[in-house]
Amino acid sequence: MSDVPEFLIRFWPILLQGAGVTLLLTVQGLAAGLVLGMITALGRVYGGKTWRGLAIGYVELFRGTPLLVQLFLIYYGLPGLGITLSREWSAFLALGLNSGAYQAEYLRGSILAIGNGQMMAGRAIGMSKWQTIREIIVPQALRLAIPAWANEPVSLLKSTAVVFLIAVPELMAQGKIIAARTYNPIGAYMSVAVIYMFMVFVLDYGLKFLERYVRIPGFEMEARKA
Amino acid sequence: MDSPILQAKNLTKIYGQNVIFQDISLDVYRGETIVIIGPSGTGKSTLLRCMNLLTPIDSGKIFLNGKEITARDANEDKVRQQIGMVFQNFLLFNHLTAFDNVMIGLSKVKKMPKAQAREKALYELNRVGLSDRADHYPGQLSGGQLQRVGIARALAMDPSVMLFDEPTSALDPELIGEVLGVMETLSREHMTMLVVTHEMGFAREVANRIVFMEKGSIVEQGAPDDLFYRPQHERTREFLWKITELYGKKEEKS
Repeated sequence: MSDVPEFLIRFWPILLQGAGVTLLLTVQGLAAGLVLGMITALGRVYGGKTWRGLAIGYVELFRGTPLLVQLFLIYYGLPGLGITLSREWSAFLALGLNSGAYQAEYLRGSILAIGNGQMMAGRAIGMSKWQTIREIIVPQALRLAIPAWANEPVSLLKSTAVVFLIAVPELMAQGKIIAARTYNPIGAYMSVAVIYMFMVFVLDYGLKFLERYVRIPGFEMEARKA
Repeated sequence: MDSPILQAKNLTKIYGQNVIFQDISLDVYRGETIVIIGPSGTGKSTLLRCMNLLTPIDSGKIFLNGKEITARDANEDKVRQQIGMVFQNFLLFNHLTAFDNVMIGLSKVKKMPKAQAREKALYELNRVGLSDRADHYPGQLSGGQLQRVGIARALAMDPSVMLFDEPTSALDPELIGEVLGVMETLSREHMTMLVVTHEMGFAREVANRIVFMEKGSIVEQGAPDDLFYRPQHERTREFLWKITELYGKKEEKS
């Protein structure tokens, strides 16, 4: 433990570099997952049979199997089908697809909590179904989802650690390099752990701020009731 | 009289095994205020929802300004722009201010230029006496205010007909008056209105015609005085007797 400050000072350039990659993977995965998750959740709630089936299949597949298996299938498996992706693309794809499946469930929960009335009210003033989804349902669903959804960025940030196995130079990979170079795994991995914790702390703080920033007077009570 | 604005012909609605209403025909003329009364579970609310196509009917036809809106090629969204709807539980858009609730239909559906839409939204809010609550969110408004914003939201679309689905049933007694007041004014301004309500005072004083529905069909309809004092059917008499007694008692208490 006492080695941590020393390690942080000695290896800060590569640790910072690794943390940067970790953060980038998190942001990219989260963004891709949010888009994918929203489409999936909307498809499942409002879509016809085909959309619902696709949405359920996707969620089951990616929540039902380990992220590492998905990553290896994409990186090592896809070339067998003639699709070869770079490490970075494979990592992005695996994290995005995996996160999307989880985010779909958070968002679906909040869409269901909004209830049918808002859709009816939107249609009643002449909005199309899609217009009501875009203007009425999604803005409310996103806000309602935040408290539960806030788990996902934190969880994803830590999940990115597995991509060191396909040699993407993120934080965990740097830790491994440092451990090998210094023969001090405790110092190396403790340093990495401290940095992860720090990033989660900042992320949590940011999410709380976001929740407060987008809150609507009187609306959060509804969320608690629902 | 000229031809009806809204015309229902032989409407039937069935949920599974349950016949909600059967073979209902109703003509709504320009400027008329029609109040539909009847015991709960009689299909009144479902009938209203069918009238603006929120709930599909199983058979029959509905005409708006002479055009069949239940035709397969009718544009539902266009039709609903011309039929305003006010809901029992208000259903305001929770993430929008009172002003934006009224404005959104103008800017997103009617694609009105911003300045013009703002002016119109303020005008409608003013009409229901809520211009000072424009920037309040639904969570900050009372039930009566919520419903008045709901009315303003529907009015903003300049509908040919307004449908009211038990607009005061979810309100505390002391808030009912402000909503009924707005509706009475609309009626006096010759807005065409179809109102489902249990407010017999409103029915008697404001309606041009009262329709009594029971068990999924129209039992009797006519001018308020005829229905209240000279009902043709025993069931109408019983229902009105029961509900006026109840209503009268409530009035005495308050």
